[in-house]
Amino acid sequence: MENCRQIAKQIRIDCVRMTNSGRSGHVGSMLSMADLIAVLYEKILNVDPKNPEMPERDRFVLSKGHAGAAVYSALAQKGFIPREWLSRYYCDDGKLMGHISHKVPGVEFSTGSLGHGLPVAVGMAIAARYAKSPRRVFCMTSDGDMNEGSTWEAIMFAAQEKLSNLTMIVDYNRVQALGHSEDVIDLRSLKDKLELFGFAVREIDGHNCEEIYDALSKLPLDENKPSAIIAHTTKCKGIPAFENTVKSHYKFIPDEEIEAVIEAIKEAE
Amino acid sequence: MRGTFNKTLLEIAKNDPRIHMVLADIGYGEIEPFRDAFPERYYNVGVAEQNMTGVACGIAMEGNIAVTYSIANFPTLRCLEQVRNDVCYHNANVKIVIIGGGVSYGPLGMSHHSTEDIAIMRALPNMAVVVPCDNFEAEAATRAMIEYDGPLYYRCGYKGEKDIHSGPVDFKLGRAITVREGSDVTLMFAGPVGLNVVKAADILAKEGISCRIVSMHTIKPIDRDAIIDAAKNTGGIITIEEHNLSGGLGSAVAEVICDSGVAPEKFRRIALPDVNVALIGHQEWIRSQYGMDAEGIAKQIRDTVRK
Repeated sequence: MENCRQIAKQIRIDCVRMTNSGRSGHVGSMLSMADLIAVLYEKILNVDPKNPEMPERDRFVLSKGHAGAAVYSALAQKGFIPREWLSRYYCDDGKLMGHISHKVPGVEFSTGSLGHGLPVAVGMAIAARYAKSPRRVFCMTSDGDMNEGSTWEAIMFAAQEKLSNLTMIVDYNRVQALGHSEDVIDLRSLKDKLELFGFAVREIDGHNCEEIYDALSKLPLDENKPSAIIAHTTKCKGIPAFENTVKSHYKFIPDEEIEAVIEAIKEAE
Repeated sequence: MRGTFNKTLLEIAKNDPRIHMVLADIGYGEIEPFRDAFPERYYNVGVAEQNMTGVACGIAMEGNIAVTYSIANFPTLRCLEQVRNDVCYHNANVKIVIIGGGVSYGPLGMSHHSTEDIAIMRALPNMAVVVPCDNFEAEAATRAMIEYDGPLYYRCGYKGEKDIHSGPVDFKLGRAITVREGSDVTLMFAGPVGLNVVKAADILAKEGISCRIVSMHTIKPIDRDAIIDAAKNTGGIITIEEHNLSGGLGSAVAEVICDSGVAPEKFRRIALPDVNVALIGHQEWIRSQYGMDAEGIAKQIRDTVRK
């Protein structure tokens, strides 16, 4: 699991640098899911950087596309894309746009407007079942994504179809674009909601790699239901001054603070 | 026409296991044969058009053909962003089929009229736009739709339309079909309103006005050659469509003649005005109120040709 922690650290460092050089936002959304992404790419997803189109690969759809830089970092670390691409994130004529793009090797689907990922993931899961393929479909959503009606449309239908090859991971960092989720749309017990909607649900600490691995390696949670992993996370985890803040959705780490911030990420346990 | 569409799709699906239907709780009395023949390729997502489109996209991205199907605006405008971001951006092999183009649903009212769809769908990159006019075109267009690799919008009529063509047509996407030759003016129509165009041309023939009649069943990609030929070799072009004046067939034809520098002296767009259609009545009556019955169309053609 040490590998996962190192990959997560590198994701955090890359995202801090990418958003700084791009003068772009969403670092908080990237850092909250860094550990989840690290475990997915290091331990869970059946994907191959030498053959990113491998038909029987697992599908991973990032519905919170604004945090795509964290996936780009993971893809660079795993060898899907050259590391040099990261330094030109968000730049003119760069390879990596601000929202995740299927034009990048290893990326399954482009998102950016919320509420699009899960319906497509449901379609992919249906296609896998139709093809009698063992491949699995994972979709990462967020608090904001869970505001969208289309996400709940997909949740209802996934349960109706008993799509046990589908896993939704909720990066539940409780901060969204204009405030803390409890002050905007309070999802209250998301576990209860999802169970009532027909999912099998497990709650985990989304920053504990052992716990993440344990949950994602024991899927499906129920043979007759789609799975939901609610990962309790902290927005902008790893940068104490930005943690659990709305500003981390918009601000990048300024030049004069960036080296200290990166040093702190490296030193963190 | 919807019966022809469903019958043809069912027939094609027997030999093409890639075809899936993804519905949003619409299709009673029409889709049951597909459901019963191919239960493993039939999905009703409930009344949820955004999810219908997203699911269809996911299915299509795995090497399948996914057909979404619903009334008028439901599978286009209700889920327009899914059509744009998911289907078109990923160039997914999704076919969006509407039943009831134009004001087919008559007294059901404005919510069920599809009167801006052509403009909106043709503005989307990667999207082909097809508007068959009768059962012969509906059948051929269904086959062409499945053969075409990529997003395609199929604007079907409703039910009971009379045929315009006298038999099976040589149908190719992007190639207009000449219904009748003529020289004074070319009438370019899209969809079942074409029957009124033919009737109008019959009226005018008795007055000595000779009309070429062309079915522009594909709005995108548009048949530039047919338009340029009409502009150069007949006395003018009049477009007729059951659609808002903005952005539809008439606009597409105008773009071609202007871009090509062949603008004819006489040009007119016959279409619904830029209003939310709130008249209460059946399709043919609503058409008549907007000058799109045979007499109304004949009058506008006459005025234009004799101007």
